[in-house]
Amino acid sequence: MFKNSNHVQGRRKLLQFIMFGFFRVSAAINGIALLAIFYFLVSRGWRAITWTFLTQPPIDSMTKGGILPCIVGTVCLSLGAIILAIPIGVASAIYLNEYTFQGRVLRMIRLGINNLAGVPSIVFGLFGLAFFVVYLKMGVSILAGAFTLAVLTLPVIIGATEEGLRSVPDTYREASLGLGATKWQTIYRVVLPAALPGILTGGILGLSRAAGETAPIMFTAAAFFTPSLPSSIFDEVMALPYHIYVLATAGTEIEATRHLQYGTALVLIFLVLGLNLMAIIYRARLQKRR
Amino acid sequence: MIKSSNSGKSRCRTEKIIRITFFCISLASIATLVLITIFLFMEGLPVLKEVSINDFIFGKYWYPTDDPPAFGIFPLIVGSIAVTGVSSVISIPLGVLTAIYLAEAASTNVRQWVKPIVELMAVLPSVVIGFFGMVIIAPFLQEVFDIPTGLNLFNASLMLAFMSIPTICSISEDAIFSVPTELKEASLALGATHWETISRVILPASLSGITTAIILGMSRAIGETMVVLMVAGGAAIIPISLFDPVRPMPASIVAEMAEAPFRGDHYHALFATAVVLFLFTLLFNLAADHISHKYKQVGASTL
Repeated sequence: MFKNSNHVQGRRKLLQFIMFGFFRVSAAINGIALLAIFYFLVSRGWRAITWTFLTQPPIDSMTKGGILPCIVGTVCLSLGAIILAIPIGVASAIYLNEYTFQGRVLRMIRLGINNLAGVPSIVFGLFGLAFFVVYLKMGVSILAGAFTLAVLTLPVIIGATEEGLRSVPDTYREASLGLGATKWQTIYRVVLPAALPGILTGGILGLSRAAGETAPIMFTAAAFFTPSLPSSIFDEVMALPYHIYVLATAGTEIEATRHLQYGTALVLIFLVLGLNLMAIIYRARLQKRR
Repeated sequence: MIKSSNSGKSRCRTEKIIRITFFCISLASIATLVLITIFLFMEGLPVLKEVSINDFIFGKYWYPTDDPPAFGIFPLIVGSIAVTGVSSVISIPLGVLTAIYLAEAASTNVRQWVKPIVELMAVLPSVVIGFFGMVIIAPFLQEVFDIPTGLNLFNASLMLAFMSIPTICSISEDAIFSVPTELKEASLALGATHWETISRVILPASLSGITTAIILGMSRAIGETMVVLMVAGGAAIIPISLFDPVRPMPASIVAEMAEAPFRGDHYHALFATAVVLFLFTLLFNLAADHISHKYKQVGASTL
């Protein structure tokens, strides 16, 4: 009896050991996959990154030279997108979090945001082409690309802002309202300043998302090659993600420009990771302060 | 006194105006969704003048530039479903198991390392992952399996799995985390091992959240564009083996849009393909929303 129960206990423990082993293995596979990507890109790309590479335009039908126009283009597009998306995103989040509590309208709006977040990037691209480029006659330009990317980052910013607003204690609001401030005064003077870090984090994350997207800008803003930097928001631009795609699939000498492709990918990764790291550190510092 | 009440009234009106303004702005997301639908249909529907809806969706031949052209997107739909299906075979177990590990099994120290890894996976731009699949994984597969091309269904599924694991993992982890501790404690107090508690108590309790996570992960995979464009091989055929090249819907749209004559039949056909893709993801997202609302876990008593 005693022995038998011991035996059963042992089997149960063993099963647990095996299952936890599976958990560890699957977590490890993720880590290994990520490491492999970084290893290959860094080990093959770091030599391409020189001062010339970062500060010169491409030359000799993009087989030599640098990627300056792509960097500038990506910065223009993602900054433009954020500038357009932040006011709308923050206002939406304020309404959702401060003015309504429950009900059908709220549920509809949330459903809309969730679905917008799930729309494939290429659908955004075609929508941008049909609406901003053709219907609103913006042409293939920074403006059209920034609008398309703004629509895409809107859910990211709404989500982060809501998180920021939720983290403001209700006692702040009650104290302000108790002193006779109106709802708007409370939001403007008390809630928003307290939630500002969360909103900024959202902005940075949106920026990194916009910088990495390719499909939405392919038909709205990106150019195969431009010899000079953009001079107005109605110019088409080169962009880092699209440049990687072009060099890797449609360049004149795909094999000979491999180092440029790795280098461009590495610059894009550094840009995106840097932005995310900034957001993470910023958020962590704030949580400590709180 | 009277003046003060007057200002109270105007304060009230200002508040109302502000409230209404915010309400209108918050409708922007829905408005965009409606605009997307309208413009996709507007540019896509004219293709039905050329082919019937039945021939468009179930037609087996996609030769948009031939004369006469054939607009049958069935191979593209099958391609999309195939890459999504194969990638979920990889991503669901990895994503869910990692989520359980993070939420239940890992020590705080390990968690601190593993969680950022999963978050970083979500951050990598899709074009970089596509590039990686193209230059590293494809030659590798070609050599190991001795196949004519490394750009195929399997490679694309691997890369897509990498992209949907973070979605599946982080949403599942939230669901597992939100299971009330009382349930776990009760099970442990009855003498169950940690694994028995996980498999019989925690997982059933968080099943709706995990299902939502899986659906959203698949939705991400079916809509992903750059990866399938660069890695899937691009042949509009119905795949028979795991190593056949395929041409999922997003790949076809991106690859051909630049050459399609503006507002020609091909252009309309590509928009119509985008409508089909859009409806697929809409269906996935609505299903996820439905499940997460209907089976929402509220406290311990609803089990």
